[in-house]
Amino acid sequence: MNTFNIAWKETKSYFGTPAAYIVGAMFLGLTGVFFVADVTAPFAEAGVRGIVEWASFFIIFLAPLLTMRLLAEEQKLGTLELLLTSPVRDWEVVLGKYIASFLILAAIVAVTLYYVVLLYSFGDPDTGPVLSGYLGLLLYGAAALAIGLLGSSLSSNQIVAAVVGIAILLMLSFVNLIAEIVTGIASEVFNGMSMNEHIADFSRGVIDTSSVVFFLSLTAVFLFLTIRSLETRRWR
Amino acid sequence: MIEVNNVTKYFGNFPAITDISFRVEPGEIVGFLGPNGAGKSTTMKVITGFLPPTEGSASVAGYDIVTESLDARRHIGYLPETVPLYTEMNVREYLEYMGKIRGMDAARIRTRIDDVVEICHLEDYYTSIIGKLSKGFRQRVGIAQSIIHEPDVLVLDEPTIGIDPIQVVETRQLIKDLGGEHTLIVSTHILPEVSQICERVIVIHEGQIVAIDEPDNLARRLLGRERVDLQVKGPQQEVLAVLSEVPGVQTANRVNIQRGELPQYRVESESGVEIRAALAQKVVESGWELHRLEAVTMSLEEIFLRLTTEEEDIVYGSAENAA
Repeated sequence: MNTFNIAWKETKSYFGTPAAYIVGAMFLGLTGVFFVADVTAPFAEAGVRGIVEWASFFIIFLAPLLTMRLLAEEQKLGTLELLLTSPVRDWEVVLGKYIASFLILAAIVAVTLYYVVLLYSFGDPDTGPVLSGYLGLLLYGAAALAIGLLGSSLSSNQIVAAVVGIAILLMLSFVNLIAEIVTGIASEVFNGMSMNEHIADFSRGVIDTSSVVFFLSLTAVFLFLTIRSLETRRWR
Repeated sequence: MIEVNNVTKYFGNFPAITDISFRVEPGEIVGFLGPNGAGKSTTMKVITGFLPPTEGSASVAGYDIVTESLDARRHIGYLPETVPLYTEMNVREYLEYMGKIRGMDAARIRTRIDDVVEICHLEDYYTSIIGKLSKGFRQRVGIAQSIIHEPDVLVLDEPTIGIDPIQVVETRQLIKDLGGEHTLIVSTHILPEVSQICERVIVIHEGQIVAIDEPDNLARRLLGRERVDLQVKGPQQEVLAVLSEVPGVQTANRVNIQRGELPQYRVESESGVEIRAALAQKVVESGWELHRLEAVTMSLEEIFLRLTTEEEDIVYGSAENAA
């Protein structure tokens, strides 16, 4: 119930502040440009592979912008003190805010379905990869928001919060570049840690259980770290 | 209603409060008095469960603030010093949200909002955006959120700081009115405020409790008394008799009687009398050697003086601002 109340309040305040609109507009603008580039290229295929891969790249920068306010501002205004002295558990605070940010991101991603409608009306895309691509995108976004939320719990400065989130996301996304340099087990480990490697499966139409588990565990781990980070606020 | 037992809180290696213990009975209004940085806010943060104590324990309404934190928090209304508010919300939305996260149902929130808005005189600002309200009204919204769930215990941290003198008077009256239903802890660094509002005062200085008393007693104990230590070479009984006969002296006692040292005497004056010069004169007139004469600062008095001077500064400062 508390989780729901907090999620509802945060969702409403997303609509009352410009951040969500700006992030949404940037996301749609950027994915739109690359969608057009994709479908007008020679030998273009009617599929969402391009959209999914570009969208996941932009989420690295946009998810932390959505989450940066959530905990940083409460710390700056001092309202966190009221929240944490109310009969609300720390995980309810974190989960409520996380859910709100996920709803907003899902809504923004949902608008890109407009591109899919275009694909179906002018071409004949495979439905499987479209569905798996969007599932992957949502899982990727879920993990990215959890990482962004951790950043927001670490600082009362929203800019710092966003930068921390983006830095962690860049590392986790492009760690597969290290995999190309090293060989053997190390290469496999780095590939396995990379968010980009896992999203690539989805965009090709493969729903690999291990990739689903990867994104869900990443989300869980970072939400857990956020809760712990909030708890340590009390001890500092 | 509130029990604090030997609470110590460290920030790193720095002890913000040391070995604090006190009890507050149901319905009491207790004032925390102390200069800035004395540890008032830290103590309040411990009571409200925001900061866990490094050592010791505290309970509110019978619930331990660490082990039964949620139950304890249900019984507490808290107004931190910074008056934290969601500035983008309007007054009604804010109070609704604060009611919700304290587990109130929608119907009760609706009736309570009407009540607290009336209690805090916010009727005209029901739908105002909080960010646009003046400091005094924000303070009232802060108090409104702290009482919305009808808590047994109210913890108000410096509720009159930074608002203009007229609003200060109103806020003090508001706090007094709340005293009937709630158990209150109010912190302040302004002495007259304590005597106006509180039934009992806890004086905190450098992280420790230096006195717990009724405001009137406290003032009587403190006001204008002088304490003097003397070392006199002379027959002890006679010296003592002479010292206690000096006009204005209330008590005279002999303190340490270590072998080989000169006997030492401690003299306390009546209210508002200066006795040092008279004491010195009397000792010399009696033909004894005066080796030392020293006014001993009473730690409480020191605090008291600092508190009274600060009040003047503040009233003067805000009057100037208003003009």
